Amino acid sequence: MSEITERKLVRDWPKLFQRLGILVACPGCQYGIAARLFCESIEEMSIEGKTVGVAGIGCSSGAMVLIETDWLQTAHGRACDAATAIKRVSRGRLIVFTWQGDGDALAIGTESTVHAAVRGERITVIMINNGNFGTTGGQMAPTTLIGQKTTTTPYGRDLKVEGYPFYAPEYMAAMKGVAYAARGALNTAANCKRTKDHIKRALQKQIDDVGFSYVEILSACPPDWHLTPLECQERIAKEVIPAFPLGEFKNVDCLE
Amino acid sequence: MSEKLFVIGNEAVGWGALMANCDAFFGYPITPQNEIGEWFAREYPVRGKIFFQTTSETSAINMLYGAAACGARVMTGTSSPGWALMQETMSHMVDAELPAVIVLVQRGGPGQGTTRQAQMDYFTATRGGGQGGYKNIVLCPASVQGTHDLVQLAFFLADKYRNPVVVLTDAVIGVTAENLEVKRIDFGSLPAKDWAVRGLDNQPDGQRRLLTCSQGYGPTLTYPTFLSLLTALDRKYEMITEAELRYETHQVDDAELILVAYGYPSRVCHEALEMARDEELKVGLIRLITAWPFPYQVVREKAQKGSKFLVVEDSLGQMVEDVKLGVEGKSEVYFLGTFARHLPTETGLIFPERVVEEIRRIL
Repeated sequence: MSEITERKLVRDWPKLFQRLGILVACPGCQYGIAARLFCESIEEMSIEGKTVGVAGIGCSSGAMVLIETDWLQTAHGRACDAATAIKRVSRGRLIVFTWQGDGDALAIGTESTVHAAVRGERITVIMINNGNFGTTGGQMAPTTLIGQKTTTTPYGRDLKVEGYPFYAPEYMAAMKGVAYAARGALNTAANCKRTKDHIKRALQKQIDDVGFSYVEILSACPPDWHLTPLECQERIAKEVIPAFPLGEFKNVDCLE
Repeated sequence: MSEKLFVIGNEAVGWGALMANCDAFFGYPITPQNEIGEWFAREYPVRGKIFFQTTSETSAINMLYGAAACGARVMTGTSSPGWALMQETMSHMVDAELPAVIVLVQRGGPGQGTTRQAQMDYFTATRGGGQGGYKNIVLCPASVQGTHDLVQLAFFLADKYRNPVVVLTDAVIGVTAENLEVKRIDFGSLPAKDWAVRGLDNQPDGQRRLLTCSQGYGPTLTYPTFLSLLTALDRKYEMITEAELRYETHQVDDAELILVAYGYPSRVCHEALEMARDEELKVGLIRLITAWPFPYQVVREKAQKGSKFLVVEDSLGQMVEDVKLGVEGKSEVYFLGTFARHLPTETGLIFPERVVEEIRRIL
């Protein structure tokens, strides 16, 4: 067995990633990974000094601790409204992103999110989809899968009662104002790499003044799914990704 | 710089905002304040400023919230049902300590109610209509000129205290045309908005800014505990109460009966006062300029000296409760409200003759 004589740093932590911030997340939660990928992205693109984040309410607001840019936290669901105003009042000088959960962006905040997309607002939405309301204890979200048990669908989500989940990137792709819509996951190294590519492309659309950009990231929620972190990753591979397909749903360089 | 115009109250809102260097207007159409948004749509983009029509009042107030966080001077205009939709984020603005101006042109309620004059949002304006205990500074114009002037004061006070300020008007003031002298009013200097989010590159100290509407939830450098936040807010309200109380009095020195009013009924009362004095009835008038803070002290002093009070308010009785609080049971408080209108329909108004009739009955 050969002795290690030299240690080579392959990749340092991103400057703006607050590692202690991971304490705001539950064990096995993937918000930390998403936040790190985001920090890497803005630093590699050299836009971290003019990037402002807008957080919603719920687990997503922990990103204000993890990502050390300027931040504004808004009322539940209204991040895209505030982001719109920041982008316009700054006359486009700032790069503005929102960091929201599925309940925040797609339940209470649908008006705010969808109209920003419809208008082609030059902002980037990072939406973390963990299939339930995390902070409040695992209630049904618009992204809860058919048959999935939550505290408010104790017998499983019933199509006839609760209807279909919200397929947001697919929906966004049909909006004329949207320049980029993608869904990524963090369950494998390859998927992390692809998700980071999605984030960078989404931000690039904003930098290039093309239109609205949206990235949904599938994430685990061990305490509310009542699974171990590892079992969560198995569930994401076997159940969640087949229901919520990964990839780019729209990627255009100019709007219609 | 000064320009003389003949405009309605809703347009005077725009001229006042322009004189206050307001950067942006975000709003959703609702009667009877549509001339406000239309004024901004017409006059702001051509001056390189921002007008934006939102998809709801909820959206409008949250855009104000975002723009205010950047350090911009921002405002919206709305009427009663839209006002209700804005309450949650107004409470968030208080928590995040963000300044903004909200012009509320009151109409009749409840529900969709009417699209005409009324004064039925006094409680939600002065008590903090959203969640948690908080206060808005509430300014009450009674004329076109007053609207223009108080909108400017509203921006100054919002920035001074980092708190939302409400300009509480009504459909009569909003759509009545009067002479207006457009002029910039100097209220003094304000501290720089060094708390605003503008990106790390633009922060002089290189430190990031984190503005949240959950101050008190977790410890921050400014407020390590929930109670430290509440203490600061409480102190702020005390300072506002001491420094920002504004009201007008007319002939109260020898008055046996003092009329109390704000908005359009204060104009009605002014005329009623003249008519009553012609009949040698000893009547005075207190017109609110700030509804919060409320002039409890002057009401108390006059009550102790034996003056009675007649509150004229186009509602079923809201501001009258503040007068009763000031009087502390030491004198009589009479009320003339919506039932005193000359017509039972939404177009009904309280006229000076009706007020004089009530004065004669009391004295």
